[in-house]
Amino acid sequence: MAFRLELREKTPIWFNIVLPLSAVMATLLLCSGLVALAGANVFHAYSELFLSAVSSRFNLVETFVKAAPLIFTGLAVAVAFRAKFWNIGAEGQLLAGAMAAAYIGGIESLPSFSLVPLMIIASALAGAGWAMLPAILRTRFKVDDVVTTLLLNFVMFYVMTALLDGPWKDPLSGYPDSPDIRMDAEFPILLHATRLHLGVLLSLLAAPMVWWFIRRTTLGFSISVVGENPSASAYAGISITRILIYTALISGSLAGLAGAGEVGGLHFQVMSGISPGYGYTGIVIAMLARLNPIGVVLAALFFAVVVTGAEAMSRATGVPVYLADVIQGTALVTMLIAQLFTTYRIRTLTTQG
Amino acid sequence: MEEIISQIFQVGFFAAIIRIATPFVFATIGELFAERSGVLNLGIEGIMMFGAMTGFSTAYFTSSLWLGILAAMLTGMLMAALMGFLTVSLGLSQHVSGIGITMLSTGFAFFFYRLIFGQPSTLPNIKAFTPVGIPVLKDIPWIGPVLFEQTTLTYLAFAVVPLAAFLLYKTPWGLNLRTVGENPHAADSAGVSVSAMRYQGLIISGALMGIAGAFLVMVQFNAFTFGVISGRGWICIALVVFGQWGPWKSAAGALLFAMIDALQLRLQASSIIDLPYQVFLMMPFVLTIVTMMLVSRNARAPSALLIPFRKEER
Repeated sequence: MAFRLELREKTPIWFNIVLPLSAVMATLLLCSGLVALAGANVFHAYSELFLSAVSSRFNLVETFVKAAPLIFTGLAVAVAFRAKFWNIGAEGQLLAGAMAAAYIGGIESLPSFSLVPLMIIASALAGAGWAMLPAILRTRFKVDDVVTTLLLNFVMFYVMTALLDGPWKDPLSGYPDSPDIRMDAEFPILLHATRLHLGVLLSLLAAPMVWWFIRRTTLGFSISVVGENPSASAYAGISITRILIYTALISGSLAGLAGAGEVGGLHFQVMSGISPGYGYTGIVIAMLARLNPIGVVLAALFFAVVVTGAEAMSRATGVPVYLADVIQGTALVTMLIAQLFTTYRIRTLTTQG
Repeated sequence: MEEIISQIFQVGFFAAIIRIATPFVFATIGELFAERSGVLNLGIEGIMMFGAMTGFSTAYFTSSLWLGILAAMLTGMLMAALMGFLTVSLGLSQHVSGIGITMLSTGFAFFFYRLIFGQPSTLPNIKAFTPVGIPVLKDIPWIGPVLFEQTTLTYLAFAVVPLAAFLLYKTPWGLNLRTVGENPHAADSAGVSVSAMRYQGLIISGALMGIAGAFLVMVQFNAFTFGVISGRGWICIALVVFGQWGPWKSAAGALLFAMIDALQLRLQASSIIDLPYQVFLMMPFVLTIVTMMLVSRNARAPSALLIPFRKEER
């Protein structure tokens, strides 16, 4: 008996659920080895990792709060990867958005009612502007976008910390933090006695909007065509350069919005640790979601649970909190492998042929 | 102005350039081997990180720096082999696989470091490599202290450059590797195993990247910190483009880059220019992007770079 890989014509729809689930299962199985190595009971550690997030109403809401920036960065990457615009720069674009939101939110002369909408718009513009740079570099100068988006993350981080250490430092704080935004600039809380803020709602609304954009608009369709078959798109009269620039603008603004929520809804200022790598986690989320915007919400919730649960797990069992990082990397790799089943099927060949 | 120049351009400055260039030379030449075989190894940043961590831990517990280097090399080879499994055996996207390898390796490095060392109040450290002067040569004025009073690893790094050039251009193996990167179908028809060559290219790249990471903890700093690599791997990817996929030019790029880095360190320390230190830290990244902008248009990457090879698909 022999096996061979065969090209598949159509991907069955249930693959969208089965593949990510198998990837997650495989990831947890593989990582259980590390948990055991750390001397903890695997079931105990995993129940701490997953159950603390749903153990109370407050924690459940908190999971959604944590998921909000991940939904935005996940969507940002999903849109970009559809066009094969390799935006690894959601991290820097998020920081740009956060700074724009905090800046607008601190302007005394603006009327109170305009603050929140202006912060949201400014963060999207800042993220889009920062994403434009690698898009222009790729389309005009043929510079690999992976490298530039990665490098620009470092540039934006140092721009931010330079400002926070210098001209933008809160004079009342001993830390490199920006001054607090105005009270009127704080995002409204949607559920009493929780931190469920406007940004969370926006992230949940953004997902179906992006879905609609990709499926139902010409531009959204063109993005996928450019990604899947650039030569055909050129033949069909689609300008690849133009589509890539639009993709970068949309992707960047989504990542920028992640920053607005963190500033307006949670921290009310910018500090150097405002993003613990949300932009990079967004890559894993987008891949796990198979670049589907609705899937992004589910994958983001999963990683919100993992990232917050890791701390509870670490406290209870002593397993290093960095298990969350290993889980992210492993999930990306296992999902990539699982993706193979969408393009290929395994055929068993009998000796008779 | 004259004062600035005399403050900066001293023997120590040039010696620092050579030292700073060392990890860049190792990792860039490593990346070069992978890319010439047709695989972009974006696992570089994470592999350097993981190599730095295993290298440090091994040196810490065995008190042998060379065992640490060996451990870092093996770590890099292992992760690069995994990269080969994803991109060569399975033919998956090199971009996403590379990011995956970097995330995975970085996760491993952090996880195992915390597992081994916990959260100590003082950073565990090792006795770093010390410079070894080469007799006679080190007494040459100027050139001696700059070139011949370095650590053994630095001498090795600069020996790797001609070795790489020899292997790539003067041996049948190198011809096969380059052909696999340019025209895998032709190589395949000539009976060369495309996947074997790509695995070899990747594993060599991993070994060199591991050493590069270990150098940073064993010479530059004598402890492991989570920020030890901080983007150096990504810069090496740009250096390969800058060097037009050739070992000599890439090493020259590493030296040029090290000069910029040494300059920013001096300027930062000398307080001649009063700017936040982050502006200096940013400089290498900005300059790398500008350089990429200038050279990429005319750069000619190996033709089969990023394209997976499957025998049956023509």
